[in-house]
Amino acid sequence: MDRTVANTGTEGKTWGGGNQPLKASYGKLMMWFFIVSDALTFSGFLAAYGFSRFKFIGSWPIADEVFTHVPFIHGNYPMIYVAFMTFVLIMSSVTMVLAVDAGHEMKKTKVTWYMFLTIVGGIIFVSSQAWEWATFIKGDYGAVQTNGGNTLQFGKYETVDGEEVFKRVALDEFAIDTPQERVRQESRTGVWFLSEGSLPPYTVDEVYNGLAANEDLLVRTQNINEEGEKTVLSREESLKQLKRDGRLVVEGANLQVNEYGKSNFAGYFFFITGFHGFHVLSGVVILIIIFFNVILGTYEKRGSYEMVEKVGLYWHFVDLVWVFVFTFFYLV
Amino acid sequence: MAHAHKLEIFRGAIKFKSNRQKIWGVLILLSIVTAIEVILGIYKPEVLMGDILGMKTLNWIFILLTIVKAYYITWDFMHMRDETPALRRMVVWTGVFLICYIVFILLQEGGYIETVYRDGFIKQDGY
Repeated sequence: MDRTVANTGTEGKTWGGGNQPLKASYGKLMMWFFIVSDALTFSGFLAAYGFSRFKFIGSWPIADEVFTHVPFIHGNYPMIYVAFMTFVLIMSSVTMVLAVDAGHEMKKTKVTWYMFLTIVGGIIFVSSQAWEWATFIKGDYGAVQTNGGNTLQFGKYETVDGEEVFKRVALDEFAIDTPQERVRQESRTGVWFLSEGSLPPYTVDEVYNGLAANEDLLVRTQNINEEGEKTVLSREESLKQLKRDGRLVVEGANLQVNEYGKSNFAGYFFFITGFHGFHVLSGVVILIIIFFNVILGTYEKRGSYEMVEKVGLYWHFVDLVWVFVFTFFYLV
Repeated sequence: MAHAHKLEIFRGAIKFKSNRQKIWGVLILLSIVTAIEVILGIYKPEVLMGDILGMKTLNWIFILLTIVKAYYITWDFMHMRDETPALRRMVVWTGVFLICYIVFILLQEGGYIETVYRDGFIKQDGY
């Protein structure tokens, strides 16, 4: 070795090389830089969401009315389930940092257990998100999309605790089903390269007939009024707008249509929470790999649990991003 | 490996005895902040619905609380508090600067497009 390495006589001096001014290892430093770039990616997405939202500030869906479900419980509970998800993720961050701490003390059993709990937390979070997506895609009341991109929802005023409250009514409860000729076009029944997705459960006419037959039903548009609520139309205006503008009956949400309001909203929701969910999923996979390395004693032999620290940085970052997604999708 | 952690938060107002105790302390802090957010989000107090700088006071509060949470996650869970000032500034200021930049541009332009939609009007010469 001595023969191939030239000594410059500057060893130990500031610019002599081998100096670590940041006092962090190469691996940790690179993880930090990856986190910076990933943070910028997520900010780009969230800023784009903000852009579209500011563009349609007067008609953007109100998150409290979109995410109102809790698994196994019926009723209207806005925020509760996402708050639970946030707590699960913060909790898994805590067990992760406890694993890092146990790693500094070289306690293998403790690192193993804390990492195991972190993985469980991650799995609970990803499953919750899958459930959230499923509920969002399925939808609950149904709506009619108009030619101008408006979303007409249905409901009626009810008195709850002496107050007039607008209660949504599902399409199934009032639309009048009439037999019709229209069937779903599939590539095997017609032209081989033409097909379409499943047909909406009702036509706009069936919904209109149902609206006309129920005197107390009203249409609610996506426009936000001065009280910060969606505008409810008068009876005549309801019938008129549905007749004039109604184009398509939608139930739930996908990348084209969305019963909750602006179709952009569903697009951003799928993209941003999906990208974050993918980060959580890959985090769980990396955690599992390192979990097995811990069990096998790889880091015990290496004399340092720095790898746990690095995956920990990534895992906390995923938590950090969720804190922002939570704010901008569910709170603001 | 002896790791010295800084065990104070709130500029020394709260001191912890060990790193593990600090972790639980920060968890309690984050839980309280999240609980405040959720309660405000469900009840939406009327007082906070007025506009400040083009956005509802409540929304400013949410954003502020989010940054508070982000600070404690980065500083105490990711141990940024224990890194050298150079590393800390490299990571934080790069992010803060670029994020402020993109957020400002996109929100500004989004707001502008909204006024064009609302008023149906763009200023131009020669018509």
